[in-house]
Amino acid sequence: MTTVTIDKAGPTRKAKYGSMSRDRAWALRWSYFFLVIFAIFFLTPPIYMFITSLKSSAEISAATNPWWVFHPTLENYTALLTSNQFLRFFWNSAIVSIFVVTITMLISVPAAFALSRMRFWGSATLATGVFLTYLIPETLLFIPLFKMFAVIGDWTGIQLINRWYVLLILYPTLTVPFCTWIMIGYFASIPKELDEAAIIDGASWFQTLTRIFIPVALPGLIAATIFAFTVSWAQFLYPLVFTTSTDQLVMPVGIITTLIKGDVFNWGQIMTGALLGAAPPLIIYAFLMDYYIAGLTAGATKG
Amino acid sequence: MADVTLRKVVKRYDDVEAVRGIDLDIADHEFVVLVGPSGCGKSTTLRMIAGLEDISDGDIMIGGDVVNDVPPKDRDIAMVFQNYALYPHMTVAENMSFGLRLKRYPKAEIKSRVDEAARMLDIVELVDRKPKQLSGGQRQRVAMGRAIVRNPKVFLFDEPLSNLDAKLRVQMRIEIKKVHQKVRTTTVYVTHDQVEAMTLADRVVVMNHGRIEQIGTPNELYHKPATKFVASFIGSPAMNFIPCRLEDIAGKLHVRLTDRLAFPLPPARAARYQGVPRTEKLLLGLRPEHITEAKPHPAPGVEAFDTVLDVTEPMGMETLIYFTLEGSQVCGRVNPNADAHDGAPFRLAVDLNNMHLLNEVTGVVL
Repeated sequence: MTTVTIDKAGPTRKAKYGSMSRDRAWALRWSYFFLVIFAIFFLTPPIYMFITSLKSSAEISAATNPWWVFHPTLENYTALLTSNQFLRFFWNSAIVSIFVVTITMLISVPAAFALSRMRFWGSATLATGVFLTYLIPETLLFIPLFKMFAVIGDWTGIQLINRWYVLLILYPTLTVPFCTWIMIGYFASIPKELDEAAIIDGASWFQTLTRIFIPVALPGLIAATIFAFTVSWAQFLYPLVFTTSTDQLVMPVGIITTLIKGDVFNWGQIMTGALLGAAPPLIIYAFLMDYYIAGLTAGATKG
Repeated sequence: MADVTLRKVVKRYDDVEAVRGIDLDIADHEFVVLVGPSGCGKSTTLRMIAGLEDISDGDIMIGGDVVNDVPPKDRDIAMVFQNYALYPHMTVAENMSFGLRLKRYPKAEIKSRVDEAARMLDIVELVDRKPKQLSGGQRQRVAMGRAIVRNPKVFLFDEPLSNLDAKLRVQMRIEIKKVHQKVRTTTVYVTHDQVEAMTLADRVVVMNHGRIEQIGTPNELYHKPATKFVASFIGSPAMNFIPCRLEDIAGKLHVRLTDRLAFPLPPARAARYQGVPRTEKLLLGLRPEHITEAKPHPAPGVEAFDTVLDVTEPMGMETLIYFTLEGSQVCGRVNPNADAHDGAPFRLAVDLNNMHLLNEVTGVVL
C-alpha cells in the first residue's frame, strides 16, 4: 500500500517541479518583454529631444528623416549657454530649489519626529491632516493663493507677486506635507528602544533627533530631499501664474515663454533647454543614489 | 550606587491596571530579579523605575529621592534592552561613550572608562566595529558596556538574554553575574525565565497579574512558596498538585489522596496542619524530587505506594516518570538505574517532610 502511494507521488511531484521552473522561465520572459517596452516608451522622448537639439532650425523644418542628424551642430547649445536670459532662468531655478529643499527639510524632519515619537494630544489626527493637505492639487489652490497674495500686497504694501521668492512660500505647501509623511514612515521604522536608550543616556529630544534619528534615517532623508528637489525643479503652474517678468522666471516657464514667440516654435533651442534643464536632477540622483542604501538600521536590534 | 524603593506604585492604561500597587525595597548593591509570566507587569514596573513610563499612583525613590517627575536622564540609571538597542551608525566605542559624550566628559576619562568596560566584557578587539558586524552575544556585551561606562546608581535589565540561543544565554548569565560581582551596582533585572531569576538574584520578586506574589531569596521561594502560583512557577519540572483532604485515622493525622491511598503525616507537619478543618478541599504540593523510587529502609516521613507509570523520560542523570493519581498527572524523579519503564508497575515513595499543603480555592500555602 505504502509503495503504491510513493510510486504515484513520485512522478506527480517531479512533473509539478518541472512546470514550476517552466512557469518561472515564462515569467522572466514576460518581465523582460514588458521592461523593454517600457524602456523604449520612456527613453524615446529624451532621445528624440537629443537628436533635435543637435539640428539647425533649417534641418528641423526640412522633410528629412527626423530620427537622424545629417548636419550635427552645437549652435543651439552655444546660443542658450551664452544667453544671459537662459542662465538667469537656470540660476533662478537653482536658487529656488536649493532654498525650498532647505526650508522643507528644516520643517518636515522635526515635524515628522514630533508626530512619530512625541505622543501629544491630537498628534495622530495632525499626522493624517498633513497627508490630506498633500492630496489637494495646486490647480485648485493657485487662484485663491493669488488672491491672498494680492490682498496681502494691498494691505501691507509687501509685493510678493512677480517676485521669484514668492515661490519659496508656494513650493513648501507641496513639498512639506509629502516629505513629512515620508519621514514619519522612516522614523516609525526605527525601533522604540533606540530613542529610549538615547533618552536614558541623557540625550534631549533635539539631541535624539540630530544624533540618532537623522543619521539612522539617512536613506529616508535622501529620498525626501530628492523628492523636494524634483518637485521644485519641475514645478510649472505656480511660477507660470505668479511670475511674469523674464528676470523672475524659473527654467520650465522661462523656456516656453521666451522660446515660443507667438506661433513660432524654436524647437532646437526648446529641446536643448529641456535637456539642459533635466540634467541637474539626473546628476543629483546619480550622486545621492550611492548614499541611498537601505538597511542602515542593520545591527541596531535583533534582526 | 543607591537603594531603590517603590511605594504603592500603580500603572493604569485607560481602564486596565497593569501594575496594581507594588511595594518593594531594593537595597544598595542588591541584585533583584522581577520574574513572572508575560503581562504580569514586570517590564512596566522596570520602565517606571527607568522613567520611560509615568506612574499613575504611588512613589518611586532612588537613593532616597522621590523621582516620580524626574526625567530618565536625571535619574542616573542605565538600562539594557532585550533587543540591545545599539546605535547602528556608531562604532562599539561610540555606542558605549555616547552618554558620557553628551555629558561632555573629558576625552581622556571617556577613553579610560570605555577601555576598562571593554576589558571587563572581553570586547577590546571589537571597539572599532559597527553593531551589524557583531554577533548577538557580542551586541549584548556592548549594550552592557554602554551601561557600565556610565557608572550609574542603578542598572536596569529588561529581558536582556531572551534573544540569545540557549547555550549563549547560560554563558551571558554567568557574565552578568561576574560583572555585578565586580561593579556591585544596584541591579533590577526583568525576566520571564525562572532559571535566570534563580541563578542571578540575591532576591527574586515573583509577579502575577500586576501584583507581587512573593519576595524572597531563590531558596526561600523554592522551599517555602507562599502561593500556588509561586510554587508552580519556580522549579522545573513544576511542583505537582494532588487534590486531597486531611483525615484523622487512629488518632493520627493523615492526608488522604484517594479512597485507597492515605499517608500519615510526620509529627512536625501534623502539628502544623492540626488546625485545618478536615472538610476543607486541599491540594498536596510535592516537588518531583520528593517522589522517588521506594528504598528498603525508608527514612521517617517517607511513605511508599504502588502505581503504574504512564511515561518515562530518561534524562541521563535521572529519569522523569509520569503517572496518574485521581485524574491528575504527577511527575517524579527516579534513579536512572531504578528500572522504570513506560506502562510498567512501579513502587514509589513520597517524602512528606517536604510536602506543602495548599487551599484549593485561595491557592494559599498553609
